[in-house]
Amino acid sequence: MTEGVRRGADVGSAAPPLLGLNNVEVLYDDVILVLRGLSLEVKEGQIAALLGSNGAGKTTTLKAISGLLHVEDGEVRDGTIVFDGEEIQGMDAHRIVEKGIFQVLEGRRVFEHLTVFENLLAGAHTRGERRGLEAETERVYDYFPALAARRGQLAGYLSGGEQQMLALGRALMASPRMMLLDEPSLGLAPMLVESIFTTLRRINREEGVTILLVEQNARIALSVADAGAIMERGRVVLEGDAGELAANEDVKEFYLGLGDGGRRSYRDVKHYRRRKRWLS
Amino acid sequence: MDIFLQLTVSGLSTGMIYALAAAGLVVIYKASDVINFAQGDLLLLGTYLVFFSVAQTGLPWSLGVLLTLLLAVAVALAVERLVLRPLVGEPIISMIMVTIGLSSVLRGVIGAIWGPNPRSFDSFLPAGELAFGPATLATDRVLSIPIALAVLAGLGFFFRFTRDGIAMRAIADDQQAALSMGISIPRVFGVAWGLAAVSAAIGGIMLAGIVGVSPNVGSIGLRVFPVVILGGLDSIGGAVLGGAVIGLLEVYIGFYVGHGLNLVVPYVVLVLVLMIRPYGLFGKEVIERV
Ligand SMILES: Nc1ncnc2c1ncn2[C@@H]1O[C@H](COP(=O)(O)OP(=O)(O)OP(=O)(O)O)[C@@H](O)[C@H]1O
Ligand SMILES: [Mg+2]
Repeated sequence: MTEGVRRGADVGSAAPPLLGLNNVEVLYDDVILVLRGLSLEVKEGQIAALLGSNGAGKTTTLKAISGLLHVEDGEVRDGTIVFDGEEIQGMDAHRIVEKGIFQVLEGRRVFEHLTVFENLLAGAHTRGERRGLEAETERVYDYFPALAARRGQLAGYLSGGEQQMLALGRALMASPRMMLLDEPSLGLAPMLVESIFTTLRRINREEGVTILLVEQNARIALSVADAGAIMERGRVVLEGDAGELAANEDVKEFYLGLGDGGRRSYRDVKHYRRRKRWLS
Repeated sequence: MDIFLQLTVSGLSTGMIYALAAAGLVVIYKASDVINFAQGDLLLLGTYLVFFSVAQTGLPWSLGVLLTLLLAVAVALAVERLVLRPLVGEPIISMIMVTIGLSSVLRGVIGAIWGPNPRSFDSFLPAGELAFGPATLATDRVLSIPIALAVLAGLGFFFRFTRDGIAMRAIADDQQAALSMGISIPRVFGVAWGLAAVSAAIGGIMLAGIVGVSPNVGSIGLRVFPVVILGGLDSIGGAVLGGAVIGLLEVYIGFYVGHGLNLVVPYVVLVLVLMIRPYGLFGKEVIERV
């Protein structure tokens, strides 16, 4: 891949970024090196898209930030992760949530045996007891009206789209400064993806939440993002403004140029692989 | 009729003590999927702790009960921190095996401190008798029923409405997702073990008054398992119902049918129920979306 767009650290200018990863290396099981000196910056108030093919290390990057790696025997071996001027690599996940970073895991991961309302309360876990939180849920229902009618229902019975909305609603309940979203479009119909991404943009603007968005669907991700970065085999190989990236020839060819038909079958393959993993 | 009433009260009072111990097992299972095989021994421990706190220290009842509960929580937190926390992330089965070991350790320690002989002391609940129509009922047994129900209702409230209660149910559903909410799993496990110890200790305090303090109480602790399996491993309401059913069956059958059988029949009922409802009467429904 050529260096068509601006590279590396010289993207930012005056204000320090809200989040900065500097030469981060992540190792799984003490031997599998997955992130190989990854550097990335996200500016306050922006939506930044992190793109790349399967296995590039996007999910690993998000978990390195949110502190969820160690439950999978992964660890940040080298480099620093700086949030709001403070190094956070290796901190416990709950402390990182308290600092204002909230990850929405891939695959929705709602609490099936809790109601929609209780799921939202769980999202606000680090914000103390429930006084005042019921009013907060109204804010979530305002962004996702489909959830309002189902507040008393067990989350396990929601449709896939509603579960994704609930997963985002839980994040809203935490009132984070930054959300890390892992493939929110996964497995949803195109119409629904459009509407969820429109809402994401609204949340970003109205709540002032900075968003780091991991997506396979590069087209829609770049359409809402301010900035973007492309990962390959554990490194960022290209980064820049979302518009510049979308216009870049290499990006067009590898990430946008497949056309709808091509991309759909690619996603089907991925889906099939996941299903098999669950079944075995 | 009066004998029937007497039997019913007696069955319900032991049943509610079973339910208290069983509720502790439910709390731990709900939070961590671990079946705590030492739960019956926590009940046994409760009887000795109250014996120590009241009879051996000479404290008045109110302070003695408080000391009992504090000691029980201290033991549970020590167990959680020293034995279970290092195993977080390991397969569930290894934690379950550890609770089996814990069961023998608790018995061994109790035996070493207090010896094999039964100990006696004055009951905490008033000893007298209540005239109830034609029947006379032991006051302590009658009183133990509302006390146990109040504690169990408190636990139910905890799970339904409090922040840690919701966090526990969230952990049971999806540990990694719970972590991503900022829920601290060690902290919540600590709360679960603390609550399990408190409910078992309250059961132990009442048991100490009703049947006395001796190593044999450990066999009563074993009744916890049919109770929770009958009610459903993850339901406080199920523990109450399971406790009532097992407690009543024991006394009715013991009286009307004959001794010996009363120890077997609860298990027969258990097997029959499980054939119809494999997750117990109130077990968590398994959600399958299509
Ligand atoms: N827990 C783990 N233990 C060992 N290796 C892992 C683990 N998780 C991920 N990996 C490996 O790390 C690499 C990057 O995985 P990661 O999930 O971060 O990629 P991704 O970019 O999110 O891919 P996808 O688009 O498929 O979600 C893959 O080769 C994967 O096999
Ligand atoms: Mg991924």
